[in-house]
Amino acid sequence: MNATPVTETPAEIKNPEPQRGGGALSFLRAQLQQSLAFATLVVLLIFFSFASNNFFTWSNISGILLSTAVIGILALGTTFVIITGGIDLSIGTGMTLAAVMTGIFLVNLQLPLVVGVLGGIATGALMGFVNGVNIAILKLPPFIATLAMMLIAQGLALVISGVRPIYFSGVTGFKNIALGTLIPGLPNAVLILFVLAIVAYLMLSKTILGRYTFAIGSNEEASRLSGVNTRKWKIMIYTVAGVFTGIAGVVIAARLDSAQPQLGVGYELQAIAAVIIGGTSLLGGRGSIMGTLIGALIMSVLINGLRIMSIQTEWQNVVVGIVILVAVFTDSLRQRRSAS
Amino acid sequence: MPTQLLAVHGISKSFPGVQALKDVQFELNRGEVLALVGENGAGKSSLMKILSGIYTKDAGSISLEGAEVDIDSPKTAQTLGISIIHQEMNLMPHLTIAQNIYIGREPRGGVFLRERALNRKATELLQRLGIALDPREVVGNLTVAKQQMVEIAKALSFDAKVLIMDEPTSALTESETETLFRLIEGLKQRGTGVIYISHRMEELRRIADRVTVLRDGQYIGSLEKHELDITRVIDMMVGRHLEEGARPSSDRHRGDVVLRVQGLSTRHLLDDVSFELRRGEILGFAGLMGAGRTEVARAIIGADPIDSGTVEINGKQVRISQPSDAVRHGVGYLSEDRKLLGLLLEQDVNSNILLASLRDYTDALGFVHTPKGKQKSREYVKSLRIKTPSIAATTKNLSGGNQQKVVIAKWLARDCDILIFDEPTRGIDVGAKEEIYRLLNDLVAQGKSIIMISSELPEVLRLSHRIVVMANGRITGVLENEDASQAKIMDHATRMGVEKEYSSR
Repeated sequence: MNATPVTETPAEIKNPEPQRGGGALSFLRAQLQQSLAFATLVVLLIFFSFASNNFFTWSNISGILLSTAVIGILALGTTFVIITGGIDLSIGTGMTLAAVMTGIFLVNLQLPLVVGVLGGIATGALMGFVNGVNIAILKLPPFIATLAMMLIAQGLALVISGVRPIYFSGVTGFKNIALGTLIPGLPNAVLILFVLAIVAYLMLSKTILGRYTFAIGSNEEASRLSGVNTRKWKIMIYTVAGVFTGIAGVVIAARLDSAQPQLGVGYELQAIAAVIIGGTSLLGGRGSIMGTLIGALIMSVLINGLRIMSIQTEWQNVVVGIVILVAVFTDSLRQRRSAS
Repeated sequence: MPTQLLAVHGISKSFPGVQALKDVQFELNRGEVLALVGENGAGKSSLMKILSGIYTKDAGSISLEGAEVDIDSPKTAQTLGISIIHQEMNLMPHLTIAQNIYIGREPRGGVFLRERALNRKATELLQRLGIALDPREVVGNLTVAKQQMVEIAKALSFDAKVLIMDEPTSALTESETETLFRLIEGLKQRGTGVIYISHRMEELRRIADRVTVLRDGQYIGSLEKHELDITRVIDMMVGRHLEEGARPSSDRHRGDVVLRVQGLSTRHLLDDVSFELRRGEILGFAGLMGAGRTEVARAIIGADPIDSGTVEINGKQVRISQPSDAVRHGVGYLSEDRKLLGLLLEQDVNSNILLASLRDYTDALGFVHTPKGKQKSREYVKSLRIKTPSIAATTKNLSGGNQQKVVIAKWLARDCDILIFDEPTRGIDVGAKEEIYRLLNDLVAQGKSIIMISSELPEVLRLSHRIVVMANGRITGVLENEDASQAKIMDHATRMGVEKEYSSR
């Protein structure tokens, strides 16, 4: 029995083997959005330096970094979720609930500092876990599931706190979590942001969770058919986002030295904006921690710079809105080009 | 002599790697039903898509009522009076019948819709066609058959001269089919020309005035109603050209049963499917589109829920409720739709090859040992001869054959013993096909067991040791390779549960 080709001749078969642009080109293309964001950041820094003498001072830069910390931490967590093609709207009020719970643990229950802080973080993780279960098992759309969680967290934060701020004045060392300076001149909150950024980077690029995050975002069904337990991993990913939310809650409480139950709404949108400006696709499958960090910095540099130039708060919002439009537009432009 | 409505000559169309149509011709007269038949992939759909303006032809001419026309968009086709009813419905389930029929053309008074005028128009249309439906009924509440009537009414509301129906009866019961046929007869009397695509041989005699056969994208021939003979049609469809290709012998050493499926049924299609797969065997699954072959695969791997049935692997009954369970038991599924279900197109080759086996390269903390994984990927790229600039290349940019090899590499890296290939060579050019065939043979020689679902009969005959034939969600025959022929397979594949008049061959 020989293996000669069958006599079937679907006449004139072409043999094109399309081998377009190699790895280097697509790599460059993938970096474009990120470097675009980076270039924007540099341009903003230069612009504001010339526009105001007070901008490029250490105290102002450190202030910018401090104000980036909370949004940045939230954005890191939500980067994972957005890469899966999902969304998490509950991170803003979730952060508030975590802060309130930290206050309950430390102030009302007088628990040790470490326990209280871990309790706050666990609050965030629990919310993320519930989000994950609702999305992966009950198959609720992420938008709806996390919108509901956003309202639940907001309500719980108000109820539990009795609509009153919880002050940490009696808790020694708590304030230092955000405002102490392990590295002289650099607030700990900023240090936490950078450390978490490194952790998030390693998780996203070096661990199986990170690989599956991209895989699910690229093609959830193909991943599932390849034996990836997509339900389990989605729950994990939302829980990870919840952990970041919890940490952000502790950091903002430490920075304000109080848990403010009214705070939080709007933070989720700023964090999502940072992620998107940083080049992570809302459609999933693409994104980076570095981009998110740059995105978060662009947001706070912009707000800080406009403030220093004495531009009204209302106009600041307008400018940030326009920046988001431009960022997403360039992104979609690039995608359309690579699709055709 | 009947008046000619549509004449198509010398139509060719090619896609990257495949010549879908070559020099195809047919004619359609006023008030005539032309049945267009051919195996899966014979080019029927491509041809219809050209007529309805979805594809543009590479060469050839189309004349409508004697004048050559250029159909460059679905809109043009509609204006010319060519309407198509696709296999999958294009209706909006939440709107009413009337709203669906006149979508985009609603009668209006200023900015307001004139709902009553709309319903009146729809009532007139439905009455003219003899369809007894209330135009105010919401489409989502209708049966599939009635939805089809709405589709037909919609097509004819454009004053269609030519109506193309792609497998209109695939979802209909017998009595619904009869109603449809009566409707078609009504259309004939009004002078409409109908192009009727069907796999169901028994329908042809009932409805067709003429049958045109396509095979491998080429025009094979036409039969008039009086010379219509199902056996002859099947022979024209499959051709005689492949009977003597190299085929595996079925008396070779047979291994143990590695997979036993018993009484598999699902709510929608599968009905008591039972079969065995032996070690070192390629078990072919043949059947027409929609026969339920892919559904069997998806049910086995837990991608879709099943109503009843058991799966045994290596003699032990296993519970598979999701694909990750199947993978754990060493069953890998290579989807028919590589792009949608098989690959992470935007990711690189390396990520795709390692997708199913990533755990093997992961330490206790969850860190992926990248160099080890990449090493493995490179090995597979080399051994399967995947043509890619590097393992970092985006998978999207590879050719179909090489993408398929990436999917195969994914399962080999996972070391699965049972592989289910669903249309392994779809959209792959001939050279690459040969390589895939060789690969499948190598795999079974190494002791793997393969289920191969294929709509290309030559492929089924060339590779399979045994062939399971399905029709309408049931297994209608299991053939040893040496007993099988294309005609025999087609015969089993068209047993739709209706008494057959051509079974004695």
